[in-house]
Amino acid sequence: MSADEPTSPDEAPVDTPITEAAVDDQVTTADVAETVVSDDLDVVQPVLRAEHLVGGYVPEVDILRGCDLTAADGEIVVVVGPNGAGKSTLIKAIFGLITPREGRVYLRDADITGTPANRINGLGMSYVPQVNNVFPSLTIHENLQMGAAKRRKGMDARIEEMYELFPRLRERRRNRAEGLSGGERQMLAVARALMPQPSVLLLDEPSAGLAPKAVAEVFETVKRVNDSGVTIVMIEQNARAALAIANRGYVLEGGQNRFTGRGVDLLNDPHVAELYLGGAAD
Amino acid sequence: MAPRAVRVGSARFRMDDLLQTTINGIASGSIYALGAIGLSLVYAILKLVNFAHGDFMTLGGYVAFAVNVSLGMPLVVAIAAAVVAVAVLGLVTEELIWRPMRKRGAGLMQMLLLSIGLAFVLRNLILLTWTGESRKLNVDDTASYGIGIGRVSLLQILVIGIAAAALVGVGLLLTRTYVGKSMRALSDSFDLAEVSGIDTKRVVTYTWILGGGLAGLAGVLAAVFTTLTPNMGWTLLLGIFAAIILGGIGNPFGALVGGLALGLVQEWSTNFVEPTYKEAIGFAVLILALLFRPNGLLGHATRTG
Repeated sequence: MSADEPTSPDEAPVDTPITEAAVDDQVTTADVAETVVSDDLDVVQPVLRAEHLVGGYVPEVDILRGCDLTAADGEIVVVVGPNGAGKSTLIKAIFGLITPREGRVYLRDADITGTPANRINGLGMSYVPQVNNVFPSLTIHENLQMGAAKRRKGMDARIEEMYELFPRLRERRRNRAEGLSGGERQMLAVARALMPQPSVLLLDEPSAGLAPKAVAEVFETVKRVNDSGVTIVMIEQNARAALAIANRGYVLEGGQNRFTGRGVDLLNDPHVAELYLGGAAD
Repeated sequence: MAPRAVRVGSARFRMDDLLQTTINGIASGSIYALGAIGLSLVYAILKLVNFAHGDFMTLGGYVAFAVNVSLGMPLVVAIAAAVVAVAVLGLVTEELIWRPMRKRGAGLMQMLLLSIGLAFVLRNLILLTWTGESRKLNVDDTASYGIGIGRVSLLQILVIGIAAAALVGVGLLLTRTYVGKSMRALSDSFDLAEVSGIDTKRVVTYTWILGGGLAGLAGVLAAVFTTLTPNMGWTLLLGIFAAIILGGIGNPFGALVGGLALGLVQEWSTNFVEPTYKEAIGFAVLILALLFRPNGLLGHATRTG
């Protein structure tokens, strides 16, 4: 099983000259120090809080090894990191698709650790998977209806709001979702997830596999949704573009937080750029 | 209209036969379609190939026999009883077998073997209760009506009428109601349905009730149309699988179209070859159709990503 072990410990950024290097004292399994690159990141009233998550898909292999994540109301939070860092696993643990072995997840004040995904959906948090995130044989309109499982009373009014937000979906409302372009499909997936009026939206790599133009559309969509008051927690491979719009960013590696800071600060940090963004910014 | 003999002149012979075999084909195709929709939905949602589905149909036929012949009640009552009985059977198997097995993480193969086992258990219980003797429902199988150049029997009218009503009802259920749309959503992606907050357990329960009810109905109509033996459903199952594949696996509308197409092709073939070959012709057409449309008549291009 040793081959499945995450990154070796000697990669810790011990010589990081960045301000306020802080080791989370709760992390017992930690072998990597977390570096906070921004000041005043503390949140008095977080809307979402994941504390020291440990776990994975099978009992023997921990993919998350003490992960933390906080999102304040109205923020865009971006999680980046190399392949296998545990980004998707983190978001799945937050949404109850896997139950962490250790650690807690709080939505507002409620402890939702281990609550099954289809109940979390009704508690004010929605999730858009990376792939297979629309029902292909259903029409766009039906896809949106399927998002309203928990509150069907105001459904038509809510669908109307989604059409206002994404006029392109209204044009194609009678079409099956399988005919949509990549960018439109992500739009529909986001709109479906917004149907229950969540306060937090979790996005797993929304720009993955899209053409450059569609990538720009997706980021535009994310910003627009955020402007409507929804807190966004997003994983992205497209780290530069994502961090550019992030209020708060996390760099994950080996299932642990490596760098934490405001999006811009992470972008401008030479170590983050060097290690995770493929060299310094322009 | 009183039954009357039809004289067929050589010029009208082909038209007559075509009409006649079309009526026969719609009747037998409706039975395939009714059986196929439930089987296809259950497969699409639970990835379960339910080999007991044919015996669900047989049971429907025998329940109707018990009510219609043994108790002497009208056929309508017998049909209702069969639909309810097999719907309940579907529900019970979900509660007692399928859900507990899924919870234990049973794989495709275990579930398949279980369903084959269940098929044998049901068939033998039927054999034990009603013996292997072939039975007939109490319907008038001689009455028939002339319609222009062809003849249609009372049984055919009954089968086609009831099946058409049921199929339209299912179509409306799947496209107009929330639970029906949810069934299609679960067929597309169970996982996405789950994270979208759809009550998947409830939808699965309704799917078994619907699939069971339709199987019960198909069983009665097959019994009305032919004779009732403990092997009736098992024999029909092969055609039903063919109908599902022909229409596009996992698509309930495909199952409907595939069922009707199969029934029509089989009956039409009797215009040209011996009726004994009609089963083989049906499968030859299935193979041909799949050569040109590998995902079935209503199948979609392979989904990726």
